[in-house]
Amino acid sequence: MIQLKEISKKFGDTQAVNKISFKVEEKETLVLLGTSGCGKTTTLKMINRLIEPDAGQVFINDENITNQDPDVLRTGIGYVMQNIGLFPHYTVAENIAVVPKLLKWDKEKIKVRTQELIKKLHLPENSLSMFPHELSGGQQQRVGLARALVTDPSVLLMDEPFGALDNVTRTSIQKEFKGLEELKRKTIVMVTHDVQEAFELADRICLMDKGKIIQIGTPKELLYQPVNDFARKFLAGQRLALEFKVVKIQDIWTYLPKGALQDGRSLSADLNVWDAMELLRSSDRSELLVSGADKESKAVNFEQLTKGFNQFQNAQAHE
Amino acid sequence: MNEHQQTLWQFMHEQSDKLFSQTLQHVGLTFISLLFAIAIGLPLGVLIARKRKLSGTVLGIAGVLQTVPSIALLGFMIPILGIGAKPAIVALLIYALLPIIRNTYTGIIGIDQHVKEAARAMGMSKSQILLKVELPLAMPVILAGIRTATVINVGVATLASFIAAGGLGEFIFGGISLNNTNMILAGAIPAALLAIILDALLSLVQKMNFKKLRKALYILPVVILILGGFYALPSAYGSTLTAGFTPEFMGRQDGDLGLKSTYGLKIHTIVISDAVMYKAAFSKELDVISGYSTDGRLKAFDLKILKDDKSIFPPYYAAPIVRDEALKQFPQLAETLNLLAGEITDSVMTDLNYRTDYLHQTPERVAKDFLISIGLYRAPKNGHKGVVRIGSKIFGEQYILAEMYSMLIRGNTDYEVSTKTGLGGTKICFDALMNDQIDFYPEYTGTGLLVLLQPDPKIAKEMAHDKDKTYDYVSTEFEKKFKIKWLKPIGFNNSYALMMRQKQSKDLNVNTITDLKNYLDKN
Repeated sequence: MIQLKEISKKFGDTQAVNKISFKVEEKETLVLLGTSGCGKTTTLKMINRLIEPDAGQVFINDENITNQDPDVLRTGIGYVMQNIGLFPHYTVAENIAVVPKLLKWDKEKIKVRTQELIKKLHLPENSLSMFPHELSGGQQQRVGLARALVTDPSVLLMDEPFGALDNVTRTSIQKEFKGLEELKRKTIVMVTHDVQEAFELADRICLMDKGKIIQIGTPKELLYQPVNDFARKFLAGQRLALEFKVVKIQDIWTYLPKGALQDGRSLSADLNVWDAMELLRSSDRSELLVSGADKESKAVNFEQLTKGFNQFQNAQAHE
Repeated sequence: MNEHQQTLWQFMHEQSDKLFSQTLQHVGLTFISLLFAIAIGLPLGVLIARKRKLSGTVLGIAGVLQTVPSIALLGFMIPILGIGAKPAIVALLIYALLPIIRNTYTGIIGIDQHVKEAARAMGMSKSQILLKVELPLAMPVILAGIRTATVINVGVATLASFIAAGGLGEFIFGGISLNNTNMILAGAIPAALLAIILDALLSLVQKMNFKKLRKALYILPVVILILGGFYALPSAYGSTLTAGFTPEFMGRQDGDLGLKSTYGLKIHTIVISDAVMYKAAFSKELDVISGYSTDGRLKAFDLKILKDDKSIFPPYYAAPIVRDEALKQFPQLAETLNLLAGEITDSVMTDLNYRTDYLHQTPERVAKDFLISIGLYRAPKNGHKGVVRIGSKIFGEQYILAEMYSMLIRGNTDYEVSTKTGLGGTKICFDALMNDQIDFYPEYTGTGLLVLLQPDPKIAKEMAHDKDKTYDYVSTEFEKKFKIKWLKPIGFNNSYALMMRQKQSKDLNVNTITDLKNYLDKN
């Protein structure tokens, strides 16, 4: 659990971060979202004291971090950065082993853990003896992630972790990332300026501007209950795609017709509308079998899905 | 010149012992100083990379030190560190410092900020970041600095011979003074080879990848230490007194060779530049030195000339030597230069030298005062009938003479004058004359005979003790061989002389070179 209490930081005359407070629950992923210069990265770096706050306090698992040795503090926190920051003079294996060595793990333990991680992160076996510059950008980022995860820290900080990757690689790594068991156990604070990414990965989003929090809440709350014009406009450009991602079949359950019974395995109603549409498009089936919270099953086709979604939207608008 | 020219190979073969020990000394000097320079420069570089505010000051100071002429730097060292290895190592260290500090600094601040941030973010302490990240990543740049420093050091180490620290400079500067090309090359070629080889070896280290580099970095200090240790090897000698002779004196028949063969003098000898020799004798670093009999420092440092009772030092009467062509081009020249003939005695010259060398009056002022005192000074006519080019060797007496001639020519003729003073040794000066770079310079009969003509030793010996015979011989031979005319002698005899401190000479009761020999044999 991470808690920030009225954290502030000034660089010269610029108030980079202005009395920010929030709490990230155990195993929750909080995304700090905003344009460049909004203070999101500064906020992130104050959590592991790469930047020391001018005022305010940070607690990790109820401990005030200003009372800890910053080096010891940092060995206990995973950190992934946009520019990856792998050591160019270390092999992949050595890069992954940096923190374990600082913690004086024995060689065998490091080796076993490294093997486990490269399998989970789909890195080729022979890459361990390679130098970072011999890997692709995507592979380098996986190594960066492995380095952050190797000691299985409970807290993970990520500064635009996919920022340096091209679109195709970014999408595929984001997907893997989302499915990674290791990450589901962690309390994560991630910084991004990419709205899609934030919606894809966040449990909650903290929208920032000029060093202050504009709104903090679930993606759905940001979409449907924006607190002001800034929040509304920030999401406006990609609104439809975001809504498809935020709205789950469960949400539009009441707007779907009670369907004819169909054989086969049914999908969970936790599926969002976007993914459901993707499934319909990519498979040759014209209908999906979905089972809702009420144990009822419904078969939906593309048209029914869109219609249901529109009805849900109208209902939200009239609320 | 010499009919029986020795080949370079023969010379090197003959002198192989000396060559070997000089090379070892040279390598040793280079690497000892390099080791110290790394030990000081690397931490300083790291410090200023941490505290950037200091970088300007530190790099500035190192840069200024770098621009101090090496011989001046060596001179500054003597009062503090004496002569020999210590000041040489310190001077070399100072020259090696700048490239090492600067490259360490540049290497460290040039490291990708994100890599440093990643290191911090993973919980590395400052010293861990330095040792595991910053230094390894900056290493190629730091090595480039060490490489530059090594090559600089191989070059500057040749000057170490000026202050009796040995090295290949002994051959190089001895050769220049003695007009002995083989000797110059025997020093210069190994020095150049050393520079090239060390540069190539270090470039290999520099190009290694990170893994090999790590191993190489453990080995490198050991190698540097061993090479530095070479310097300690060749220094076993023992006698109660220490002599400091110039490289030129060491190689001359009327120098160290004559002292050995005629007097049988055995004394612990180190090679040193005459620029610092007198001071070293004064400060008791040396007991016996090979000076010049009219040198002003004789007076300044209270030194006594030991009588040459077996006459091995031939007369060195000074006279201007002029190209025949120049005499034709400037008809009034010979007459004007001869105005000074017979005017300056030994003691007068010593006094004039004392005023420049010790009282630090300018040669120009000393020359003018003297010409006024003997009534020869005339205000410049500012004529425009061609330019007479005057040369001089690189010591005070020659500067004064050049100034006097320049004033005489300006005052008595319509010629203009350009002076090219400070032309290294005899060889450089004479070559300039032969190649029509200068029209005349003051030369000494002894030098003309033994260095420039190099006649059969028998003729030389026969001539050596008679000043008139020597003068006649060089006059005729120069005219025949080089088309150069010796004008009338100026009067003084600036011959080689062995000298000691007045007090020591009195204490030991050593007044002649034979006394010295006897004293050394007894003790």
